Amino acid sequence: MKYKSVFDIIGPVMVGPSSSHTAGAIRIGQIARKIFGKEPEEIEVHFYGSFAETYKGHATDVAVIAGLMGFATDDIRVGSSIEIAEEKGIRIHFYKEQAHTEHPNTVGLTLKSAQDRMEIVGISVGGGAVQITELDGFPLKLSGENPAMVILHKDTYGVVASVAAVLMRHKINISHMEVSRADKGSDALMVIETDQIVSQEGIDEITGEDHVKRVIILDE
Amino acid sequence: MFKNIAELVSQAETSGKKIYEIMIEQEMEVTGRKKEELLYTMGNNYKAMKNAAYRGIQGVHSTSGLTGGDGKKLQDYLEKGTFLTDTTFLKALTFAVATNEVNASMGVICATPTAGSCGVLPAVLLAVQEKLGLPDETVIYHLFTAGAIGYVVANNACISGAAGGCQAEVGTASAMAAAAVTEMAGGTPDQAAHAMAIALKNMLGLTCDPVAGLVEVPCIKRNAAGASNALTAAEMALAGVKSRIPWDEVIGAMYQIGQVIPVSLKETALGGLAATPEGLKWKKTLGQIKQQNST
Repeated sequence: MKYKSVFDIIGPVMVGPSSSHTAGAIRIGQIARKIFGKEPEEIEVHFYGSFAETYKGHATDVAVIAGLMGFATDDIRVGSSIEIAEEKGIRIHFYKEQAHTEHPNTVGLTLKSAQDRMEIVGISVGGGAVQITELDGFPLKLSGENPAMVILHKDTYGVVASVAAVLMRHKINISHMEVSRADKGSDALMVIETDQIVSQEGIDEITGEDHVKRVIILDE
Repeated sequence: MFKNIAELVSQAETSGKKIYEIMIEQEMEVTGRKKEELLYTMGNNYKAMKNAAYRGIQGVHSTSGLTGGDGKKLQDYLEKGTFLTDTTFLKALTFAVATNEVNASMGVICATPTAGSCGVLPAVLLAVQEKLGLPDETVIYHLFTAGAIGYVVANNACISGAAGGCQAEVGTASAMAAAAVTEMAGGTPDQAAHAMAIALKNMLGLTCDPVAGLVEVPCIKRNAAGASNALTAAEMALAGVKSRIPWDEVIGAMYQIGQVIPVSLKETALGGLAATPEGLKWKKTLGQIKQQNST
């Protein structure tokens, strides 16, 4: 089921004009900001498919930036997000891409700060619902609707079991989980959606496990 | 858990419940939230819908200058009292246009199921609420009826213009409104499902060809068409008229048609009305304004 809640259908309350091209784009930006963990200093936005053809008319450009600035879908500052970001000195570049993507509403984001760089791909599936489909080259499926953990780790035996053991000790139920990797034995990514929110103690325990490199928490 | 309309109706009928009760129960189970919390959230959504509709009838304009002020024109016409149909029908048209004009002006609306189709459901519910003299609470419950229909369509077909054309957006909104208003007027779950199917059938094949890629032309007036179609379908269902094609097969047909609608007519602004000489003229004009603004 792509849509789980009645409020995916009746909602969100949002600034117009398009749920997929405005509200969905804001949500992708919000999730990207949470994963990046801070305000980016430089933003590259790559639009594909329908996004590339109509992003100006649907305010998809201001919407993505609004999400990256942490604005909610019904925040009246959405319309002036680009000005607000530029006043803060954030450098923004938009690219209209020709490449064909699986989903018509696809956006690729590259977020940069002095030390970090992150690439993230999101799709807007309709009615404001979204999915993150790629993170730094790793394929994944993340809706941002349930509490989730994104764990970057070394691709070796036992890591999945050790993370699962921490969750078991904290009585956290896993609703969805997937693993992917770049190459055998190199970096791997684990995405775990949970029914309950993982406590800071639990997060610290997972971060302390062997071969775990980074833990990103996405609360609702 | 219901996966399709047939399961939804059968669950309602066997338990003697309304469609909205089944939807609320499922939402409680899936999200773990209490009924009061769900009603509170839906109440806020209802408030956002009402605010948008009433703001729109005062007259708002889009930032592009392509559309605006038609909600107010309809409101003035309504107040003059010399209209052809009746107050409920004209109110629905007025609220539909007004709400979608607020959306085009980057105002705050509630997506039902999408922003491009946000005028249909509130318009029909607000007009019928007034006609039947119902309290807000009743309307808030029946937003869950509409949500149940939209939930099935979204999961078994699609609700975005980019994926399925306008039939997936205004078509779905019209089907949701038809079912909700049928149940709100005292119709059975079976009648509500027929209203859904009749409304969706009447919208099959509608393309998404917005001028200059803006959610304005033909979207705003299309919302009024979706509202009037919802009332048409609800009246038929309440009279006992049934959809000849089973409910879920209609949804399947919508999905299948959406698959074969060419990409140029699915929210890319490359064909149809967007590609008419007048449509292209607006695209060019607006493109120049945008460039001036950015330099």
